[in-house]
Amino acid sequence: MTMSIEPILAFILIRYLRKNLKTFSPDPNWNKLFTGFLYAIIALFVVEVAFHLSFILVWIWHVLLLAIVYVTFTVPKFERTRPVIIAVLPFIVLSIVSDILENFAHPFYLRVESIFEFAFVAAITLMVALLVRSSRQVKALEKERQKTLAEEEKRKFIAAQNEKLELVVAERTAEITMQKDELQHALHELKATQTQLIHSEKMASLGELTAGIAHEIQNPLNFVNNFSELNSELIEEMKTEIERGNLAALIEIADNIKENEEKIMHHGKRADGIVKGMLQHSRSSNGQKELTDINALADEYLRLSYHGLRAKDKSFNAMMETHFDESLQKIQVIPQDVGRAFLNLFTNAFYAVSEKKKHSGEEYKPTVTITTRKCKEGVEITVRDNGDGIPEKALDKIFQPFFTTKPSGEGTGLGLSLSYEIITQGHGGDIRADTKDGEFAEFTIKLPA
Amino acid sequence: MNILVVDDESDMETLFQQRFRKEIRDKRIDFFFANSGEQALFYLESHVHEAVLILSDINMPGISGLQLLKMIKQKYENPPPVVMMITAYGDDENYKQAMQLGADDFLTKPIDFTLLKDKLNARINGKDSGS
Repeated sequence: MTMSIEPILAFILIRYLRKNLKTFSPDPNWNKLFTGFLYAIIALFVVEVAFHLSFILVWIWHVLLLAIVYVTFTVPKFERTRPVIIAVLPFIVLSIVSDILENFAHPFYLRVESIFEFAFVAAITLMVALLVRSSRQVKALEKERQKTLAEEEKRKFIAAQNEKLELVVAERTAEITMQKDELQHALHELKATQTQLIHSEKMASLGELTAGIAHEIQNPLNFVNNFSELNSELIEEMKTEIERGNLAALIEIADNIKENEEKIMHHGKRADGIVKGMLQHSRSSNGQKELTDINALADEYLRLSYHGLRAKDKSFNAMMETHFDESLQKIQVIPQDVGRAFLNLFTNAFYAVSEKKKHSGEEYKPTVTITTRKCKEGVEITVRDNGDGIPEKALDKIFQPFFTTKPSGEGTGLGLSLSYEIITQGHGGDIRADTKDGEFAEFTIKLPA
Repeated sequence: MNILVVDDESDMETLFQQRFRKEIRDKRIDFFFANSGEQALFYLESHVHEAVLILSDINMPGISGLQLLKMIKQKYENPPPVVMMITAYGDDENYKQAMQLGADDFLTKPIDFTLLKDKLNARINGKDSGS
């Protein structure tokens, strides 16, 4: 019985060892050795069967099996295979003991042969059971390994995907950054353009003002020249009167000189104020609020605006009605900014009445009315003209930048939007327009005290 | 002779009174002043029978000097008062318009008082010699 099992077992075990070795820790030397043994086993087995040499070869099988057991338990590489070897170990030991007894203590062997037979069955059963268990464990392990591998695969896949995504994100980020930079650049340019436009608008209105300012300065200068000439004459007269000793005349002349001197001073200061106002208008606002007499400010810019238009259009003329509330308290404003807003409204009003005058008869009296009064919030300034009014559909656009109803080249379209900004953002005030087509336009500014 | 000076600059009154102080002292000229076209018309209403020479600024708020000129020449026909325009805007267009409306003379600011005196004296003398 043992004759056919042992070589097969040795063959299976060596194959098993070889396979195990290949899977977990490949080693060409061991592999060669195992392959060699496998061929040797086949050869010996053939010899055994052919020549009935089992009485010798049986010991070779025993030695071979013991060698396998020895190798398995001494070489750390084969640690994994030990459970399988343990499963077959009882069978091997039993087979060796049985053969020794059969050959060297035959009578005793015969007596216990049935016991051995029983033991063999038990050993084989145990072997099968252990092998099945081991195989199950191996399968479970393999399954676990496959699972780990799959997970590893999945993880790698995700990592690759992540890497791709990272690349895409980096690309997008670069794109967005570039776009952001471009936009920032565009914004910067727009801001620069805006500053420039505001500056041009200021300069344009300054141009409109120049004639008005020149006229306004010319008048006081004429007075200064005239009165100082007069004083020279008077001093000459004084000398004559001194020679005559006419004291009464002298006193009168002295009084006149003094009076003229006061006029000179007054008109000198007037010219000074106009120049300062002009400088303030052209200078960019320093943003300093100061206590300002709104009546005086409105009056100053009203005159400048009127003379400016008058210089441009010789036939232009309009009634200026001012209703200034003299009890108005001074309020904190940036005078040159509010002045610019006023100037704009006045110029628009004068423009409106002069346009209407062109197509109206003699009975039309172009009139611009400025009214100041106290209000709940502070000070209210109303600029009303009896021009053609603002068309209904334009009314909600008039404070937008670049919106203008004037023919191209005549207006920047920035005047009212700048005025709006000055009043609302610059001073926390309010500006509103009211109009009736063909009859009037009225702008009301409210400035907080 | 009565001269009505129309100008929105109120210091014109002092200036004229000083410039013409000799003429005023000698009672050769009497000056009257109006700060606007409206005031001038009001003055003329009540002094219609007095011989009046008018010196008017052109550029004034309200009724302009040119409008005033036109109204005076239309209203007071026999004999029309002498109206001399004095303006800071001595451009051609202004001059032509003034002349068309019947201005008797056209002077520019700053006023050359020597010239004005000569012209006024000529008018006074001419008038004197004429009557």
